[in-house]
Amino acid sequence: MDYANLFIKSIFIENMVFAYFLGMCSYLAVSKTVKTSIGMGFAVIFVLTITVPLNFLIDQYLLQAGALKWIGPEYAELDLSFLSFIMFIAVIASMVQLVEMIVEKFSPALYGALGIFLPLIAVNCAILGGSLFMQIKDFSGITESAIYGLGSGIGWLLAILAIAAIREKIAYSNVPAPLKGLGITFIITGLMAIGFMSFMGIKL
Amino acid sequence: MSKNKVLLTDPLDDNNPITVQVLGICSALAITVQLKAAIVMSLSVIAVMAASNVIISILRDLIPNRIRIIVQLVVVASMVVLVDQVLRAYAYDVSKELSIFIGLIITNCIVMGRLEAFALGNGVWRSFLDGVGNAFGYAWILILVAFFRELLGSGKLLGIQAIPDFIYEMGYVDNGLMLLSPMALITVGLIIWVQRSRNRKLIEQG
Repeated sequence: MDYANLFIKSIFIENMVFAYFLGMCSYLAVSKTVKTSIGMGFAVIFVLTITVPLNFLIDQYLLQAGALKWIGPEYAELDLSFLSFIMFIAVIASMVQLVEMIVEKFSPALYGALGIFLPLIAVNCAILGGSLFMQIKDFSGITESAIYGLGSGIGWLLAILAIAAIREKIAYSNVPAPLKGLGITFIITGLMAIGFMSFMGIKL
Repeated sequence: MSKNKVLLTDPLDDNNPITVQVLGICSALAITVQLKAAIVMSLSVIAVMAASNVIISILRDLIPNRIRIIVQLVVVASMVVLVDQVLRAYAYDVSKELSIFIGLIITNCIVMGRLEAFALGNGVWRSFLDGVGNAFGYAWILILVAFFRELLGSGKLLGIQAIPDFIYEMGYVDNGLMLLSPMALITVGLIIWVQRSRNRKLIEQG
């Protein structure tokens, strides 16, 4: 698959939030102001771009049916793919911990900006979802999976940024009381998702 | 005794995980196109939540505080692997349809949220009740959304035609939009609207 095509597709057409509802929990919880949503969005891009290729390698060389051939011919029969949930989540949780420590050490300013969001990311379903979709999509190489991770992250950032900007403005509108807050956010997200459906079928 | 009963009934309405605590939205929306998938998903979540709440509650004095998230994730992931393997063995079609969403129960914030907020600080029996109660609170919203989406979207319930033929002959057409993902969000939004206008203490201030 063409790289640019994959990139555009993962940002717009297969947008994590609008097409698959991944990462909805943090999307709803952190989108009250534009500032925090930018921080969260960049943290998601960062972690997705690292964990998707990493999990791709693990899937390719450890878990898939016949992946253990490189150890010796007697291992070629093994299929460890039932372990993929545990492996992926362990990689994600430890990567998040590691990234947090590295950022804290080398870039205190970035840590200040991302700090509180990093631990939240371990349980953001967009991250695990990215790795699980990667497994289904059968990418041919590590570059493709990295581009997919990056694109999905950017798509997620776009979504949370857009809803945060709308929520900041909607505070001044006259929404029916029972719809205030959560209800109206759901409905707006639905309308945005309909908008995003118009990207369907775009190819480069 | 009545305190334990509250654990079961509270999450059904006043403290519903989806519409009030805003946990576990992702899967609630994605797999509600058909009633059958939603029911299977609900059962899986009930099993995973009850089991992992009990396990974490047993281990709660042994888990070091700093690494508790990883321990919780591993416990939940093992439960999910069990559920996934059972589904693949006995309900392969449904498991194909749910695709990655069974795996995503691991990061379903409802599970982690209840582990953090309840199982880490309470006894085994109470944690079990809390897990089951919250999972039921999640399940009934899920099934409600799926009911409307399948009925209005394809005129069926559980795969059996529910809207009689003569209505179609009068010119009724299935609303294909209900099958697409955006309508799941809007349906949940409307459910929240109805729930909050009946139960006014849930209305958000400001």
